[in-house]
Amino acid sequence: MTKRPRVSRTKTQEDTEAESGFKPGDSVALFVTCLVDLFRPSVGFAAAKLIEGRGGEVIVPQAQTCCGQPAFNSGDRDTARDIAKQVIAAFERYDHVVVPSGSCGGMISKHYSELLADDPQWAPRADALAAKTHELVSFLFDVTGMTECGETFEGSVTYHDSCSGLRELGVKRQPRRLLESAGVNIVEMKDSEVCCGFGGTFCVKYPDISNTMVGKKTANIAATGAGTLLAGDLGCLMNMAGKLRREGVDIEVRHVAEILAGMTDEPPIAGSHENHEGDL
Amino acid sequence: MQITSPSFKDNARQAMADADLQRALGNVEKGFINKRAKAVAKLPEFEDLRDSARDIKNHTLAHLDLYLEHYEKKVTEAGGKVHWAADAEEARKIILDICKSVDAKRITKGKSMISEEIALNAALEASGHEVSETDLGEYIIQLRGEHPSHIIAPAIHVNKDQVEADFRRVHDKLPPERNLEAPESLLAEARGILREKFLSADVGITGANFLVAETGSSIIVTNEGNGDLTQILPRVHIVTASLEKIVPTLEDVSQILRVLARSATGQEFSVYTTLSTGPKRAEDPDGPEEYHVVLLDNGRSSMIGTEFQDMLRCIRCGACMNHCPVYHSIGGHAYGWVYPGPMGSVLTPSLIGVDKGGQLPNASTFCGRCESVCPMRIPLPKMMRHWREREFERHLSPATTRWGLSAWAYAAKRPKLYKMITRLGAMALNLASRNKGALRWWPLAGGWTKYRDLPAPQGKTFQQMWAEQKKAARS
Repeated sequence: MTKRPRVSRTKTQEDTEAESGFKPGDSVALFVTCLVDLFRPSVGFAAAKLIEGRGGEVIVPQAQTCCGQPAFNSGDRDTARDIAKQVIAAFERYDHVVVPSGSCGGMISKHYSELLADDPQWAPRADALAAKTHELVSFLFDVTGMTECGETFEGSVTYHDSCSGLRELGVKRQPRRLLESAGVNIVEMKDSEVCCGFGGTFCVKYPDISNTMVGKKTANIAATGAGTLLAGDLGCLMNMAGKLRREGVDIEVRHVAEILAGMTDEPPIAGSHENHEGDL
Repeated sequence: MQITSPSFKDNARQAMADADLQRALGNVEKGFINKRAKAVAKLPEFEDLRDSARDIKNHTLAHLDLYLEHYEKKVTEAGGKVHWAADAEEARKIILDICKSVDAKRITKGKSMISEEIALNAALEASGHEVSETDLGEYIIQLRGEHPSHIIAPAIHVNKDQVEADFRRVHDKLPPERNLEAPESLLAEARGILREKFLSADVGITGANFLVAETGSSIIVTNEGNGDLTQILPRVHIVTASLEKIVPTLEDVSQILRVLARSATGQEFSVYTTLSTGPKRAEDPDGPEEYHVVLLDNGRSSMIGTEFQDMLRCIRCGACMNHCPVYHSIGGHAYGWVYPGPMGSVLTPSLIGVDKGGQLPNASTFCGRCESVCPMRIPLPKMMRHWREREFERHLSPATTRWGLSAWAYAAKRPKLYKMITRLGAMALNLASRNKGALRWWPLAGGWTKYRDLPAPQGKTFQQMWAEQKKAARS
C-alpha cells in the first residue's frame, strides 16, 4: 500500500506566497500535458521520478485533459476559460503544480489570471494556482534547490530553448546546470533561443512557414554534431524530431527530463524500437 | 496601394521560393540583431529606459486630445499650419492642394511610412508632379517600382548586385564602363543624382519620428542627411505624421530617443536628429517659406480605449520584425500592405479591417521574441491573440478550424470521454507506425506530414499507465 498523499486545504494567495518554498512530503500535482499523455508517457514517469527524488509526493489528478492553449490561442476565450476553471478546481488543493512543459506551464501560471481577471470568484483562485505552478526543471532547480541530478549521461547534447519556457518563465540556465552535473557535454547550437516553428496550431495552419523555420533549426542542430537534442517541451521536440527524421539526420531527440531521471530505455522521439535496440 | 494581405499564404509561399529574397533576408541578422544586443549590453539602464518610454507614451495617449491641441497652437505660433486628415484620401487632397498652390514641379521626399500608408507618390505623380525619394533605400525601391519591405530598411529585400543592375538600367546617361563594385560607388552615384534634385525641388515632404507638443516641433531621426536637405532647401516643407507621434516635451523625446536607435540599428544615436519648428524666420540663413503638418488619423483614434491602444506606443524602430522568425522566413512584402512583421500584424487589421488583415495576427507562433525586444514594451503577441478573438467572435475563422476546435473542446471538457479517445488514439497511431517510431502520413495531419514525420506514441497514454501502476501497487 502506498500511503495517502497529504492534501492541504485550499489556500489563499497570501498563504501560497508565504510558503513558496518546498519541503519533503509536500504534495506535488503533476500536470502531465496532453502531448506527453498521448505521445510520450515516459516523460511523465521521468518527471514523477525526479519529483519523488526530491521528496515530493506525486499526485496525478484524474480530471486533467489539456491546459486550454489551443482554444486560447485560437481566440475561443470562453472555452479557454472553462478549461482553466477545470484545471484550477482539479489542482488547487495541492502544495505545488509541476508541468513538464514551458508553454503549458506558462499558460497556467501567466495566462489563467489574465483570462479570469474579470471574474471575482475565480480570479483569486487563478492567481493562487499561478503562484505555485512551475515548469518541471525550474521546479527542481529553483524551488527544490536541486543542483546535482545524480545520473550520468555520456555523449554530447545540444539544447533548444523553447520559447514560452525561456521568455515567459525564465528557463535557461536551470536545465544546463543540471545536465552539466550529469557530466553532459553541451554543444550550443546557433540560435538556440529562436522558435522551432511549432507554435501549436501554427504548424498546421501555416505549414510552409513552419517548415522553413524548422528547417533552419534542424540545420543548426545538425551543425553541432551533438549526439542528442534535448528540450523541455514535447511540442517543439516532436516538430524537430519529425523534421530531423524526414531529413535523415542521425541524432537522438529526447525530453530533458528523460536524461535527468536516467530513463533512456525507451527509444528516442521518432526513433524506432528496432534501431534503438540495435544501438544497445 | 493594393492590399494583398488576404492572400498572405500565397505571398509567403512565393517569398520562400524567391532565392534573391532569401539571400537578402540573411542580412537582417547580421545587420540588426547582433548590433542591437551589443548596444543594449553597454547601457545598464536600458531596461529602466524602456519602462519610462512606455510610461511617457501611456501618459500621452491618456491625454492625446490635450497634447494635440497644444501642439497645433505652438505650430501656429511658429508660423506653420496643422492640417487634420481623418483618412488617407483627405491627407492626399491636402498635400495635393498645397503642391498646387505653390505650382510645384519637382518634389523631394524623405522617408515616411505615412506617405506609404496614404499612397502619396502615386497621387502626386498622377497630378503631374515629379517625385524623388531621397533616402537611399527608398530611392532604390522607387527605381524598382516596389514598396518598402521593412519600416526602417525599405530595401532590405534587395541585394547589392540587384541595385547595381538597377542603377545601370536607370542612370543610362552615365558611362556604362564605370565600376560599381564597391558599395561606396553605388552610394556616390546615388548622391550625385540626388544632389541636383535637392537643389531644384519646390516642395520637400518628410515624415516625423516625433511631434513635440511643448514646442510645436517635428523631429526626424536619420542617418543619411537626406531628410535635412529635403526639409531645408525647398520653398515648402510638408510633414506627414500620424497623430500618435505626439510627445509632450523635449525632455520626453530625449528619453525615448535613447531607446530608439539602440533598438533599431544598434546605434547609440542616429547620425542626424533634426528638429523643425515652423518656417524660416527673418534671421534664419535658410529654411522653407511655408511649413505644413498633415496630421493623419486613419483609424487610430478608434483604437484608443480598446485592447489595441498599446499599439499606439509604437515608435517604428523595427526591432520586432528584425527579431521575428516569421519575418525572417518570408520578408516584408508577403504581409500584403504597408506594415510588416509583428507590429504590422497588430496594426494592419486595425487600419484596413480584420476581414482583410486577419491572416497576419494568425501567422505567429507566439514565440514572444518581438515583445522581448520592443523598446516600448508593447505586448504584441497578446494583441495578435485579441485579433484572433475578434475573428472568432465574428465567425471569420475558417469553418474547419472552428469545427475541429469545438469537437476538441467538447472532449477536453469531459475528462472521462477524453481519456477514452486518447487511449484509442495512442493505440491506433502506435499500431499504424508498425514499430518504426514515426508515421510518414496520417489522415487530417497533412499540414504536419507534408514536411515532417509524425513521431509515434509509445502505445498507452500516461494516464492509463499511471492508473495501472497504482492499481498494481495496491494489489
